[in-house]
Amino acid sequence: MTDKLTWKDMEVGNIVKEAGNACFRRTGDWRTERPILDKDKCIKCALCWLYCPDASIKPGEDGYYEADLYYCKGCAICARICPVEAISMTEEEER
Amino acid sequence: MAITEVKFGDRLLTSKEFLAEGHNFCIGCGEPMAIRMVLKTLGENVIMAMATGCDEVTTTPLPYTSWRIPWMHTLFENTAAEISGVEAGLKILMKKGRIPERRITCIAMAGDGGTSDIGLQALSGALERGHDFVYICLDNEAYMNTGIQRSSSTPYGASTTTAPAGKMSMGQITRKKNIVAIAAAHGIPYVATASPSYHFDLMRKVRKAADTKGPAYVHILTPCPTGWRCGGDITVQIGQLAVQTGVFPLYEIEHGRYRLNADPPRLKPIEEYLKLQGRYRHLTDDHVARIQEMVNEDYAGLKEKAACFPVEAKE
Repeated sequence: MTDKLTWKDMEVGNIVKEAGNACFRRTGDWRTERPILDKDKCIKCALCWLYCPDASIKPGEDGYYEADLYYCKGCAICARICPVEAISMTEEEER
Repeated sequence: MAITEVKFGDRLLTSKEFLAEGHNFCIGCGEPMAIRMVLKTLGENVIMAMATGCDEVTTTPLPYTSWRIPWMHTLFENTAAEISGVEAGLKILMKKGRIPERRITCIAMAGDGGTSDIGLQALSGALERGHDFVYICLDNEAYMNTGIQRSSSTPYGASTTTAPAGKMSMGQITRKKNIVAIAAAHGIPYVATASPSYHFDLMRKVRKAADTKGPAYVHILTPCPTGWRCGGDITVQIGQLAVQTGVFPLYEIEHGRYRLNADPPRLKPIEEYLKLQGRYRHLTDDHVARIQEMVNEDYAGLKEKAACFPVEAKE
């Protein structure tokens, strides 16, 4: 879907037929700080996964939980909640 | 192979996201945390009606939706009335054999404005009629979505845009409406307060509320960095402090029996909670002392009620 959508392109009654299509929206550009995971310290407790408001932290194949930067808004809740301080926040560089 | 379940503590939680990523919640909001925990507990057999509010506006910017469960937007006034209709409709469809018999949890979700101000009448009606549903109030203590206007859930002393602090005013001059007690006064089977900062407690209560036959009410305090004027990273800590200072005690009321779930031996001083938030910045020592007095009073009252019903030992 594009941003140039008009009312003529909508379903009658503004019905959205595709459940969860908000996952195509990029909210990662809100971010000013980026979470970095230190895998040596991580104990895989999954607290960051449960607490992430943007659901951007996903369980990976290797058992670690890393943030998907397409969605991460950089709130630093994961860095605060981490019991072993394995997540640190770094400034987002200019691109 | 994709991971479908995550071991969390002594339970398995689904790694499916029923609230999709890409929503518009503010940075560090407590509401999506609570919603995710609720949905991960209940799974996909749910139908949700949601009142207008932060949670509705931010998750459904047309033409997008964040919901992967059957979800309806309702007006402020009639969330509980709508979910009553859904529940009654499901019951009759199953009776007539149009849809297979199975357990579907009906959830109504609203903010504090949609619960304690505008939707109170519909909520009271639905609780009184005894529909089998779970009503979840996400309390962020003001109308945050439209720009931090006071609601009846705004606590004493907080500064909002319609109750601003200044030379002539100290912000909100009334006390927070005790909507939990109002819900409990209907004599419904299950009423509870929960906080996303205490995730096991929240998930247990939501599970219990869903398993309860009849109406259940769960009140969740969701810190709001925008309206409470605090950093987005300390949402969880503020939620913990709200419980540890006694501002928002965690308790449940089962068939009129009160039980305190978190009872710290000594409450932390209220300043620890207030000083983190910009909405309380203007308060003088007298005001803080007054708030401390109120909190102590309320907490003592609650303890008294809980003491009437001693906790039975687990077998």
